[in-house]
Amino acid sequence: MLTRRRKLTNSIMLSLTAVCTVFIVSILFVILGYLFWNGARYLSWNFFTKLPVPVGQTGGGMANAIVGSGKLLLLATLIGVPFGFLGGVYLAEFGTGIFPSMVRYMTDLLNGVPSIVIGIFAYAMVVARMHHFSTFAGGLALGVMMVPIALRTTEEFLRGVPQSLREGAMALGASKARTIATVVIPAAFKGILSGMMLDLARVAGETAPLLFTSLGNAFWSPGWDKPTSALPEMVYRYAISPYDDWHQQAWAAGFVLLALVLGVNIIARLVLAKASHGA
Amino acid sequence: MSVARESEIIVGSINQEPLTSSGSAPKQAETVKLSTDRLSFYYGSYKALHEVSLNFYANKVTALIGPSGCGKSTFLRTLNRISETIRHTRIDGGITLDGEDVLALDVTNLRRRVGMVFQRPNPFPKSIFDNVAYGVRVNGLTRGTTVREVVEKSLRRAALWDEVKDKLQESAHALSGGQQQRLCIARALAVDPEVLLLDEPCSALDPIATAKIEDLLFTLKDDCTIVIVTHNMQQAARVADNTGFFLLGKLIEFDQTEVIFKNPAAKETEDYITGRFG
Repeated sequence: MLTRRRKLTNSIMLSLTAVCTVFIVSILFVILGYLFWNGARYLSWNFFTKLPVPVGQTGGGMANAIVGSGKLLLLATLIGVPFGFLGGVYLAEFGTGIFPSMVRYMTDLLNGVPSIVIGIFAYAMVVARMHHFSTFAGGLALGVMMVPIALRTTEEFLRGVPQSLREGAMALGASKARTIATVVIPAAFKGILSGMMLDLARVAGETAPLLFTSLGNAFWSPGWDKPTSALPEMVYRYAISPYDDWHQQAWAAGFVLLALVLGVNIIARLVLAKASHGA
Repeated sequence: MSVARESEIIVGSINQEPLTSSGSAPKQAETVKLSTDRLSFYYGSYKALHEVSLNFYANKVTALIGPSGCGKSTFLRTLNRISETIRHTRIDGGITLDGEDVLALDVTNLRRRVGMVFQRPNPFPKSIFDNVAYGVRVNGLTRGTTVREVVEKSLRRAALWDEVKDKLQESAHALSGGQQQRLCIARALAVDPEVLLLDEPCSALDPIATAKIEDLLFTLKDDCTIVIVTHNMQQAARVADNTGFFLLGKLIEFDQTEVIFKNPAAKETEDYITGRFG
């Protein structure tokens, strides 16, 4: 009797977990499939090489948004990676006392700040002072968003380096700084690199902080101090427009964005898989 | 806590000064290379070593034996001050290297002169060549010879050259455990140390790899003074000229290896050697 009830409970719970898993995974596949179906077929050579065209005309593209996204992400990397990396080195290797745990807590808070609030911050710091929207402001917003994860992944991977390696280097007369620079960081490098790539992929799809920092632009945006378009921002703008051909463009842009993020993710996992097999 | 109290009870019956059965230190004609004077070591408030005074003689192999947790590794790690890398630790007493105060020496210079090999092989995730070259590069010690020459010489001294000469640029992690440990010895030898500390260097190795490393110690003592911590009493008997027996943070007895194993002065030593505890 008891055994039967146990078996029954077991099978119910097991099927429940299985159903949930299938449900979650299928959502991902539905999104991927839908985007592929709707997006991929509107992709053309023009999409990658031409500027957007006015409603009604055909043959326009999003070359400026692709370049704009690239520039924004480059800026974000230049801001987020050095701050996150050096902060992570400090937390993992040098911090003692209460200060590091405070920094860790603040970092987690920063990570939880809604992206639109980060956008307001960049707006107040850059846009309001320069009196115009710019690539720089957008890059700053994305860079600030990158810092928490860059910092925590650096810290985690450095902590993962065995103490025996540090001792080995110091027993040969290397100073602490030298040990960190020549043994600890190289040993953790692939892990840190993959973490940074995932971090970059995460901010690549951010739209909210760009709306009032880099704004958007229907033309090329030379330099760093003019408004620029970006892929996620174009998806937003085109998707809410009432025009069918713009909707198609939005699908295509969404697909390109997703492919980009997915590609970076896969490369990061490959780097990490190689790292865990030893150098 | 109970461990500490227990140690007080047992240690209470032991003399402060280590016993030597011949009544004096081993053969007196030898020069003292490294010595400790009433050396104590604390992890926080826990006293892990109690006033250890010990002489290491030049070009001799000295083995430190004793049961797990007896402080022999802790003692070894004070000799090149690698113990300082752990927070909340403290050294009391004196250590001298060729008469110089070790605790006052520049630590980089000290560790170049006193090399160390660890319990588990710990090659850096770099090529075989870069592993051996590491200490040379850190210390800027090329002095007329090239890094390549130093690497070759060190690998030859560690009896590893013939096995790796065709794959110097390959990852050190591709080597077997025994080869990795000899690589770590080569890495330590590359900076030409005067003293080589080995912390149970064979405990992770099979008997064949162990025999190779023991053979190596015989040739290395022509150029350096060797201190080896070991769990393995047969190993101590095979390789060491002198042996010190540690128990509960104290040096119980120090003498020529033959005396320690055949005619120990302290009852604790005899009990350990004959396997009555440990």
